[in-house]
Amino acid sequence: MAQELTGAEMVIRALKDHGVRHIFGYPGGAVLPIYDALFQDDGIEHVLVRHEQGATHAAEGYARSTGKPGVVLVTSGPGATNAVTGLTDALMDSIPLVCITGQVPTHLIGNDAFQEADTVGITRPCTKHNWLVRDIRDLPRILHEAFYIATTGRPGPVVVDIPKDIQFKRGAYVGPSNIKHKTYQPRIKGDLKKIEQAVEMIAQAKRPIFYTGGGIINSGLLGSQLLREFVRTTGFPITSTLMGLGAYPASDRQWLGMLGMHGTYEANLAMHGCDLMIAIGSRFDDRVTGRLDAFSPNSRKIHVDIDASSINKNVRVDLGIVGDAAHVLEDMIRLWKAKQLKANGAALKAWWMQIEAWRARNCLAYKNTTDVIKPQFAVERLYELTRGRKTYISTEVGQHQMWAAQFYKFEEPHRWMTSGGLGTMGYGLPAAVGIQVAHPDALVVDIAGEASVQMTMQEISTAVQYELPIKIFILNNKYMGMVRQWQQLLHGGRYSHSYSEALPDFVKLAEAYGAVGIRATLPGELDAKIKEMIDVKRPVLFDCVVDQHENCYPMIPSGAAHNEMILGDAAGEPAVSEAGKVLV
Amino acid sequence: MTEQPKSAYFLVDTKTASIRKTFAVLVDNEAGVLARVIGLFAGRGYNIESLTVAEVDHLDHTSRITIVTSGTPEVLEQIKHQLERLIPVHKVIDLTEETPGIEREMALVKVSGQGEKRVEAMRLSEVFRARVIDTTHASFVFEVTGNQQKIDAFVELMKPLGLVEVSRTGVVAITRGAEAM
Repeated sequence: MAQELTGAEMVIRALKDHGVRHIFGYPGGAVLPIYDALFQDDGIEHVLVRHEQGATHAAEGYARSTGKPGVVLVTSGPGATNAVTGLTDALMDSIPLVCITGQVPTHLIGNDAFQEADTVGITRPCTKHNWLVRDIRDLPRILHEAFYIATTGRPGPVVVDIPKDIQFKRGAYVGPSNIKHKTYQPRIKGDLKKIEQAVEMIAQAKRPIFYTGGGIINSGLLGSQLLREFVRTTGFPITSTLMGLGAYPASDRQWLGMLGMHGTYEANLAMHGCDLMIAIGSRFDDRVTGRLDAFSPNSRKIHVDIDASSINKNVRVDLGIVGDAAHVLEDMIRLWKAKQLKANGAALKAWWMQIEAWRARNCLAYKNTTDVIKPQFAVERLYELTRGRKTYISTEVGQHQMWAAQFYKFEEPHRWMTSGGLGTMGYGLPAAVGIQVAHPDALVVDIAGEASVQMTMQEISTAVQYELPIKIFILNNKYMGMVRQWQQLLHGGRYSHSYSEALPDFVKLAEAYGAVGIRATLPGELDAKIKEMIDVKRPVLFDCVVDQHENCYPMIPSGAAHNEMILGDAAGEPAVSEAGKVLV
Repeated sequence: MTEQPKSAYFLVDTKTASIRKTFAVLVDNEAGVLARVIGLFAGRGYNIESLTVAEVDHLDHTSRITIVTSGTPEVLEQIKHQLERLIPVHKVIDLTEETPGIEREMALVKVSGQGEKRVEAMRLSEVFRARVIDTTHASFVFEVTGNQQKIDAFVELMKPLGLVEVSRTGVVAITRGAEAM
């Protein structure tokens, strides 16, 4: 039976009907009726952030760590424009977000009213879809469609822009049963003929590699389980993108580590030298492929992706399969067994010998010291001291992010939250807030840099308010480290505006916010300080003062191929060609 | 093989030439749908040579957008997939390859002049089966229909005869035969 509700009540009701327990938001004039409805309802917990960008990243952290959609509630105008960075971030990394924005009343739209912005216009290119609700009769349907579109197919952010008068209007509320969309019908099952062809190619391969990405994480726990099963059945090596870490356990022998610009030597050379690449839920991003015309020149390529536009976008593949990673893997395993296929054991043995030789280069090696903390050492110690626990890691963007990806070993999916596609500095701290809201008993650590963390530092106040014991582990090298590294390698050591001047005292800053500040400056004291951080049941800013001049290796310079990567001990050589210098 | 720069961004593609293609896109006629399509082309750097749109089913509120674009075969494949990804899009068909289609465009062409030039303009319009839809002692407005090349040719011929203004609809297209899109 349809029930009569106000628009604002419909929003709250729809959130509950979709199982939403937590939302992240910030009130303002055009969204007050919804806040009023929220006040009179105790089914949903609202987390008040300090800036709307923080709300979007917190919702991303929440979504990525649970597999459920993250929900954001912000006001019109600046509330909506502040959310744009997080929406774009979620679009690039395929994170399901439902963002509800207030809008000025319908009769004022287009009048340059106070706090008016063309929210649907601004967010059109940074959402999977968006709506401006002009009629109360459309509101229930749009709210349900919003959740459906955000969470199905290739997930992504959606915006529902609701004018204030619509929030007050009364109308009939209809529940979310039987959501069908006229035009949006994502393809989940892959074409069986093609999957059959794929398993035949896999059985014939001599130098195969699995190259997986965030699509496995998005296909749920089942996706990771099936991937593990199939990789172990075949005995093939596996590498993954930044977004795909955790889908396959890092402690496993078949795991080669992350690939790409700062990926491992063995992963990149195996990609370069393979004869069959099995890409699942990864999108051949430029950070992965390096120089395109020299990318894995002698391989046949299978690409499984839920988004047809990802196939053949950057790299031509021999066999493209549109479908959800878990469903396609399930069919692959079934057909592999039914046809009693076996991997080419002799060829595979030789391929593994080659890979082991590459692995023996120990590409992540660094020179440790006793007088200054190496950032790699800090991440290694953090890993060792947290490994037994239920730990979730988020990061900001830069060198520390790459060191975290290289040195923190992820065994499970949904434990690693990072801004991959957009590379948003300031992502990690609010993301940690969202993760801790979803997992109150877990250890949540944001591996941060001192520059990134200052972009959304105010959210530590949110953590204090809601007693979220997040740990902000700052690798403080007093530089925007990745910028400095590129300036050293590409711009003749001219460090233009990359020095972190006038840094706050992070320990005092933490105390000012009502959090706990800890500082470590010597390798010898690191373990004790990290343990102290873990044991404190309050938010912590950990100022880990590290070597200022450490560079992140291995590195494929821009415009270079996988087999032209440079390793740590080659740091002095000119790394990048003239043409490569203009790349990002 | 010529020396290529180190960076893939600077590779000169010598093999794939740009080709012209017409897509018909059936969409829900909802607010902002055209902006989504145009924004997609602008944001991803695709060409629009011609774009026409009108509601074709007033009960279902579906509109048909005809887009003439150009690019390498890879880019054209991307365009099709990217269009299909837009939520209000029902269907995208390629009217140049899989199902060769018929294209037409209409133009209103204003020509002013007197004497011999005016007679010549009138005579040429008959060759092109253009209709006169407005006239004064010193001007004609012609309505001419055909493919783009025909309209181009007509406009070109009118230039020395006193062409003052042209308004074109852009291309509309449909498949041949009994099948619907």
